[in-house]
Amino acid sequence: MIQTLAFYLFAVLVVASGALTILARNPVHSVLWLIVAFFNAAGLMVLLGAEFVAMLLVIVYVGAVAVLFLFVVMMLDIDFAEMRAGFIKNFPLGIAIALVLLAELVLGIGAYRAGGLVLGVADGANAPLVGESNITSLGALLYGKYIFLFEAAGIILLVAMIGAIVLTHRQRPEGARGHQDIGKQNRRRPEDATDLVKPEIGRGVDL
Amino acid sequence: MIGVEHYVVVSAILFVLGVLGIFLNRKNVIVILMAIELILLSVNINLVAFSAFLGDLTGQVFAMLVLTVAAGEAAIGLAILVIYFRGRGTIAVDDVTRMKG
Repeated sequence: MIQTLAFYLFAVLVVASGALTILARNPVHSVLWLIVAFFNAAGLMVLLGAEFVAMLLVIVYVGAVAVLFLFVVMMLDIDFAEMRAGFIKNFPLGIAIALVLLAELVLGIGAYRAGGLVLGVADGANAPLVGESNITSLGALLYGKYIFLFEAAGIILLVAMIGAIVLTHRQRPEGARGHQDIGKQNRRRPEDATDLVKPEIGRGVDL
Repeated sequence: MIGVEHYVVVSAILFVLGVLGIFLNRKNVIVILMAIELILLSVNINLVAFSAFLGDLTGQVFAMLVLTVAAGEAAIGLAILVIYFRGRGTIAVDDVTRMKG
């Protein structure tokens, strides 16, 4: 009973906040609604018994991606009123396509409910370990059978990181303020940069 | 009792909302990126739901990979957005074809 209630609570909230994400006038509000959607999706996953993915969703999406979005939205000085110019014009076409897509998806689910489709049966090769928590079973799988997949994910993140840095890094021209000459910085030695002086008592130092 | 189809319906609605968001906010790249995040979230709910109801953890492993790709995509997308804004002073995607060459 409590599970059913929790499911409907999370489901309604995730759909409502998803709708508000795309409908909000201000992109800052959009990002905040997106965060609400992520939290409720994490709640749904906890209900499903996938605690690790749920926590990952909160940490990665809310902690990193949503903050990145907020950062960019607030950093760029954008005229948001102008951005919404095509909103009304695109509305009918968008709704039509969305309804068609939703009808197709619901038809598929209806076919399943009517008994026309049968959910496949897992071969048990990747079944959760008996008596272990979700994270233990998932870790055994991820660091064992799917280790190369895991490393590929790491390479994807590395490429994304280097790509983002290369794209946004700005090399200032020579002579300009903030120009960085890495070779010059590396050539610098303590003995060129600092002077050791021993002043007499009561007298200043000539700099 | 809540079955797998309940979760699939939720993720289907979320997916459609994401697609609708791309259509409605055609000019605003930031909201388009957020709509893509919504789509990927709905895919994740779907994967985890089937994984839980089948008693097979592959779906959850795959959901983590989707999460990784989503994070990388958001980082690259926002980086492109920042340099586009730096060069043009707007993020309207109408004349984004000028980026080529």
